[in-house]
Amino acid sequence: MTANAASPNHLQLTRDGQLRHFLTLDGLGRDLLTDILDTADSFIEVGERTIKKVPLLRGRTVVNLFFESSTRTRSTFELAAKRLSADVLNLDISTSATSKGESLSDTLLNLEAMASDMFVVRHAQSGAPHFIAESVTPGVAIINAGDGRHAHPTQAMLDMLTIRQHKGAFEGLKVAIVGDILHSRVARSQIRALNELGADQIRVIGPGTLLPNDVESLGCTVEYDMTRGMKDLDVVIMLRLQKERMEGALLPSEREFYRLYGLSQEKLALAHPECIVMHPGPINRGVEIESAVADGPQSVILNQVTNGIAIRMAVMSMAMGGQIAERQQKLTEQTERGLA
Amino acid sequence: MSALLDIDRLLDELENGLRQMLAERCIESPVLIGIRTGGVWVADILGKRLGIEEPFGQLDISFYRDDFSRIGLNPKVTPSSLPFDTEGRDIILVDDVIMSGRTIRAAMNELFDYGRPASIILATLIDLGARELPIQPDVAGQTLVLDAQQRVKLRGPDPLRIEIQETGQ
Repeated sequence: MTANAASPNHLQLTRDGQLRHFLTLDGLGRDLLTDILDTADSFIEVGERTIKKVPLLRGRTVVNLFFESSTRTRSTFELAAKRLSADVLNLDISTSATSKGESLSDTLLNLEAMASDMFVVRHAQSGAPHFIAESVTPGVAIINAGDGRHAHPTQAMLDMLTIRQHKGAFEGLKVAIVGDILHSRVARSQIRALNELGADQIRVIGPGTLLPNDVESLGCTVEYDMTRGMKDLDVVIMLRLQKERMEGALLPSEREFYRLYGLSQEKLALAHPECIVMHPGPINRGVEIESAVADGPQSVILNQVTNGIAIRMAVMSMAMGGQIAERQQKLTEQTERGLA
Repeated sequence: MSALLDIDRLLDELENGLRQMLAERCIESPVLIGIRTGGVWVADILGKRLGIEEPFGQLDISFYRDDFSRIGLNPKVTPSSLPFDTEGRDIILVDDVIMSGRTIRAAMNELFDYGRPASIILATLIDLGARELPIQPDVAGQTLVLDAQQRVKLRGPDPLRIEIQETGQ
């Protein structure tokens, strides 16, 4: 698998620079990220209508291919596809064919034979969506819904949308990501997006055992002391403690973690008074975040969920649009060659 | 090379035609909805001329176009905004130019996703003919027949101007 292919963009962009797969934020420029946010903004309005549906992907088939369980991501992808009028097939692979011994390639071939137009892929292995994008039939779009520790680009983009809604712009913002950075594909994508969109300071805060060795190379500063790290923050992003990914003794205890890195009202008071509190969910109350903070006036956690649908609608329609435009271009070229 | 049309005369025509039609149909409180971008400019002016105080709506039909399967998504989509409930209302739908009729088809599809209006009157500044769908404006400022190499371009919003451009093909 090629998680770190030199340039992911020959894969995810058309020759004209349009999205045709959405695999990673690596290599996507500020203009394209801003286009995604702007498109999502217009889909937010669709979500507020009585009839929350537009006909963009009518008659297209979207397959949610989840090799790893998920509730929020899968259901918001499903709603997004349905609001675009696509037909949706939800496959929870962890409980289906692969457990009967079918290989990933065979599963995909079968789904392609059902004339699918888009796969939304979540996989425990980093690079799985890239692998699929490399081998899939031309014209089929692949959307990464989280792969291993590598990337979770739609989550990062919905977070950017939420930040832009509340703060207006990224310039001058001080943002911290707190907790289990080591196991977090979300954090990597967030740091990438914040840097590209021009945030002023990006801090990662957590215990050394939960920070990757090379974390600074992603473009952020490291802070082990949360009370110092909270100072003047405009945005604090809490990450879930990924208990299911913990191997060995990375943590003394949940209580100890909460005392040092949990977001309590006292710690939040150290940030800018208008600091917003974000969390990709599902939240562990009393482990990363105090209930009063999660439900408090500075929390935008539920806005993130709403924005997740709009971002996924944007990415799906842009990728499908890119595939269509590319196919059209090829047809035109073939016709011209035929005429010449 | 381009020629200017007399915009005030076209707007007069539209205004008079609409007044007459509203009177005939006994419509007392219509609302205006403009189709982006040109239709919004025209709706703004018509609102003032007709003395409609309720703010006008704006439709962006990009999500409803029938050419997504050929050209993909228009990258610059701004959300539609209808600052009123369309249910049971008499709507004046405004666009700058009508040609194939496909934009109006898309706009009406979108409108019906917001509710069931009592009626829709279609007003366009210019009717270029060349229809591909059975959709006709109720009121038009002017009907024009263009040569194959001519294009109409509305510029605005202030001042609003219409140019007929020669593309020289």
